Amino acid sequence: MTDIRASADSLMKGQSSARAAKGPRDPYAVLRWTLLAMGAIVMVMPIVYMLSASIKYPFEMYDLNIIPKEPTFENYTYVLSDGRFLRWFGNSFLIATLTTISAVFFDALVGYALCKFTFRGRTFMFIAILSTLMIPTEMLVIPWYLMSKSFGWLDSYWGIMFPGIMTAFGTFLMKQFFETVPDDFLEAARIDGLNEFQIWWSVALPLVAPALSALAIFIFLGNWTAFLWPLIVTNSQDLYTLPVGLTTFSVEQAVEWELIMTGAALATIPTLIVFLLFQRYIIRGVAMAGLKG
Amino acid sequence: MSLYRNLSIRQKQVVWAWGFLALPIVFYCVIRFYPTFNAIVLSFQSWNLLGPREWVGLDNYAKLWDDPVFWKAFRNTFMYLILGTPISLVISFVIAYHLDKTKLLHGTLRALYFLPFLTSTVAMAWVWRWFYQPVPIGLFNNFLASMGIAQIDFLNSTSNALPSILLPAIWAGLGFQIIIFMAGLRAIPTSYYEAARIDGVSTWTILWEITLPLLKPTIVFLVVFSSIGFLRIFDQVFNMTTNNPGGPLDSTKPLVLMIYQTAFSSFDMGYAAAQTVVLFAILLVVSLIQLRVLREKP
Repeated sequence: MTDIRASADSLMKGQSSARAAKGPRDPYAVLRWTLLAMGAIVMVMPIVYMLSASIKYPFEMYDLNIIPKEPTFENYTYVLSDGRFLRWFGNSFLIATLTTISAVFFDALVGYALCKFTFRGRTFMFIAILSTLMIPTEMLVIPWYLMSKSFGWLDSYWGIMFPGIMTAFGTFLMKQFFETVPDDFLEAARIDGLNEFQIWWSVALPLVAPALSALAIFIFLGNWTAFLWPLIVTNSQDLYTLPVGLTTFSVEQAVEWELIMTGAALATIPTLIVFLLFQRYIIRGVAMAGLKG
Repeated sequence: MSLYRNLSIRQKQVVWAWGFLALPIVFYCVIRFYPTFNAIVLSFQSWNLLGPREWVGLDNYAKLWDDPVFWKAFRNTFMYLILGTPISLVISFVIAYHLDKTKLLHGTLRALYFLPFLTSTVAMAWVWRWFYQPVPIGLFNNFLASMGIAQIDFLNSTSNALPSILLPAIWAGLGFQIIIFMAGLRAIPTSYYEAARIDGVSTWTILWEITLPLLKPTIVFLVVFSSIGFLRIFDQVFNMTTNNPGGPLDSTKPLVLMIYQTAFSSFDMGYAAAQTVVLFAILLVVSLIQLRVLREKP
């Protein structure tokens, strides 16, 4: 457990891995670095070309140069002018935020209950929840659709959100992390007269804060890019999420690739900004959640 | 309330536990278990959403067995898996292994490799679709043309389309796998390496005899994780072939796309449910095989 956090942390201290530092001088260092750097540039090329195309006029759109001779923001004004993108962006943001809050709250609650309380049926509950990890979303979308249809949830925010308001993955992850919280802390709080919910909220939760943020990143990203279920459950363009809207928009534009690239850039830029701001936390969170999961 | 006050501390905890679990129990029953049960029931029925739901026994499964499109989708799904998982794991391990030994601009390089993981699959599907267009639009073919090489028909050829769609899927997943591999590499105690170095063991032997065996849990996790991802591929295929989903001639159609079309274009709910049950069975078998491998001691 502590190993996981330690190795995720050591990932962040980054620059020098102990074993590279202590070893003999590495004869291939220059070659290694050059190839890695070239690989890294190739990796981001699709993103660079997308951004470059979004500020090009059609006449130089298909040239291989990255920096346009005459940069323009007309594509952005055009794409944003009909207001749909802002709407889709808002929908995606609202849905991903609400779903993340709900899932982190409940996953931590259930993970804690399964970890720190002793009661009959605990193991059964844990196995039952864990077993849902084996059920693919694709198997559930048809029943979810039928259910939404009979309850009138089609074409609503709730309809898009309800399948994700709790996750088995998060419950498992949180249970693992609550194992690291010493029972003495909880006992002390109990003696101080806090009730069990207060103990969970104000004693246990702060102790697993890094795990909570890792889980939040994962769930937010998952919802931000989710495609299949929002595509099925939404009908009117007003309720589309960004990925579904982008598909519709791109099909409409047909061959105007600079406009499609602008739409794609609009869907990508916010995550790029968030990544640049919180790079350390995001990479550490991914390493932590991945190693535990 | 007085009833609660008379309980022992242990009993109070049991009350709290079920209080914490009350809503989640409803959720897992209604949103996870009941729909699973419903999908299985539906796979033995025939229903087009409007008419009556009729029991048809194993007809849907028999129809699936005789459906050439299903076998094509089945084959394609495994092609995504068989090509995608090994290729992406080997590339990401090689990068992580070398990146772990690099000091100069380590953080920047790592961020660049990780960046594609954060992009939206739909947005990137359209970017790659643009790259794949013929001259004078597509970037790849323009590049080939500028070098005097013949054009490649990426998305309209039955043999090239599947690898062309797979490539962006591999590309987008690499960053995640690299980070996990690097964290796994960091978890190996340095004392092992020091001991090996004192014994004068070659780098190559260290890699095969120490690093890879100790990375086994990481490798198994990534194999399971990426296999499930490739078996469920949909977004890329759907967006890169919107004019003829799964085309040309169903050569790129994975099971999930077939399920989507059967359910939401043909509204053949029972038949689609039978397909989802088959997908479920495949995922279950693949995961169980891989978990068995994990259990075996090295």
